[in-house]
Amino acid sequence: MSDLSGLYQELILDHSRRRLGDGELAEPHATHHELNPTCGDEITMGIRLDASGTVLDEIGWTGDGCSISMASASALTELAAGAELERVRELIDGFRTMMRSQGAGEADEELLGDAIAFHGVSKYVMRVKCAMLAWVALEACVAAASADDSRS
Amino acid sequence: MTLDRTTTIDGLLPTDLRRDFPYLDQELNGHPLAYLDSGATAQRPIAVLDAERAYLEHANAAVHRGASTLVGTSTTAFEEARETVARFVGAGSREIVWASNATDAINMVALGMADASAGIGGPETEIFRLGAGDEIVVTEAEHHADLIPWQRLAAKTGATLRFIPVNDHGTWSIDDAASVIGPRTRLVAFGHVSNVTGFLAPAAEVVELAHRHDALVMLDACQSVPHRPVDFAELGVDFAAFSAHKMLGPTGIGVLYGREHLLDALPPARTGGSTITTVTMESASFLPAPQRFEAGTQPVSQAIALAEAVRYLDGLGMQRVHAHEEALAGLLVDETSRVAGVRLVGPPPGSPRAALVSVDVPGVHAHDVGQFLDSQGIAVRVGHHCAQPLHRRLGLRATTRASAYVYTTADEVRRFAAALAEVRGFFGVGA
Ligand SMILES: Cc1ncc(COP(=O)(O)O)c(C=O)c1O
Repeated sequence: MSDLSGLYQELILDHSRRRLGDGELAEPHATHHELNPTCGDEITMGIRLDASGTVLDEIGWTGDGCSISMASASALTELAAGAELERVRELIDGFRTMMRSQGAGEADEELLGDAIAFHGVSKYVMRVKCAMLAWVALEACVAAASADDSRS
Repeated sequence: MTLDRTTTIDGLLPTDLRRDFPYLDQELNGHPLAYLDSGATAQRPIAVLDAERAYLEHANAAVHRGASTLVGTSTTAFEEARETVARFVGAGSREIVWASNATDAINMVALGMADASAGIGGPETEIFRLGAGDEIVVTEAEHHADLIPWQRLAAKTGATLRFIPVNDHGTWSIDDAASVIGPRTRLVAFGHVSNVTGFLAPAAEVVELAHRHDALVMLDACQSVPHRPVDFAELGVDFAAFSAHKMLGPTGIGVLYGREHLLDALPPARTGGSTITTVTMESASFLPAPQRFEAGTQPVSQAIALAEAVRYLDGLGMQRVHAHEEALAGLLVDETSRVAGVRLVGPPPGSPRAALVSVDVPGVHAHDVGQFLDSQGIAVRVGHHCAQPLHRRLGLRATTRASAYVYTTADEVRRFAAALAEVRGFFGVGA
């Protein structure tokens, strides 16, 4: 089973149980529903920005899926809640780059912190989509919230 | 390969059979591979691989096009393959149409009926014409391949799609069918064996009931034809579909069975070369079945290979294949139902079922279950197995399925159950 520990690192199993950010957000500025049609995993992500519209104030999501997809949503919440939108975009790009690496190279620990635990998932081609689910949803939320200047 | 791994459960099938399947002799993540995903796709014996290659090396030419000696050879081989497959399922060779897979075969019927309903074809298509007030009946347990084409047909024609309800095990009875099938029913479509629960449908009874109401019957035989003796004429179904790749054959080819007079009347959904008698600038008339459906160049080497797969299965004897799988089904149920904290979907222990089980491990997603098994060298299917409505009905999103075939051993089944017993501990769920 030692080969599995690269995939299911303690931090990932931990996040899959803690589920930071789990819960529907009241009055979100943007929401997005993302589905992985092959397994039925899904997530609905909601975000709120601060008054200036430049900081991601709050994240709330509801979802159902495998430990990788739920842990990833939890890790995302830990990293992105309270961050500047600019930084959130960097995080999304950085996470995606890591997930496309197929396990090669070093993950960007300075940017992603503990979330580099997901680097091991990138070797499992059939699981990359699980890890990306929440991030794709967040990306859509950020794009929608940035485009929407009617926000008060 | 050690003797232990090649020992079959019951002595019914030859113990050296696994040597015919090079694929099985490999490691997965450092363990001997236990391939328990034949319900999704089966592995092919050397004889099947060789037959396809031999055809391509020595006999390949355009089938049914031209008049050369070479075309004669390839056409003969192609049509002999059809006869072999026909005999295998109790059909005449004019009743066997090549499709690209079972999904395609089911679509051929649904699309042909839509064409008939749109007024294409003469009075002979009357039996296929649907409109408002007509009903198409399927079960809640269907594979998407036997559901979505009928949804489409209903949407195109104004007919209503109705569902034979399943119980909490995901199974249904002839009484459930009788509660839905009635005078408005024009077509009943159902899976002979469920790819999720392993449930065997009361096919002959449904045929009787449907025919009493002059309704057509389409059988999705994907999970039955590879695993047990099936005779379509004896069952009395009007149409049936199955795929070669689930019965030791190649991908790229499937079979539509239809009773001769029905196939001769069903409008061909795809038209073009090789299907016609006379073509003018304005119109075309079509050959009788099966040629009327086989538009364009066909999967010829695949047909040759499928016929070889049929010969291989015939060589084992479908009665023996079935007995082997019944024994494995019993073992699968015994072993998995003994694993604490695991829910087995499908017929309760003691009821007949095919040699496949789908399980839910509460608190652990099927993807994670499958990944754990994968790390132990055990290949299974995870997800909704193309049956979302059934999973929803069972209150599940995804399950983990182990499915057996001729080469599956008792040892592999035991490894599956033993690994399953470790899943909750690994993910820290439950006691
Ligand atoms: C019951 C059933 N019906 C239909 C299909 C579709 O077969 P294919 O994908 O070969 O067309 C399958 C297999 O996936 C099946 O198990």
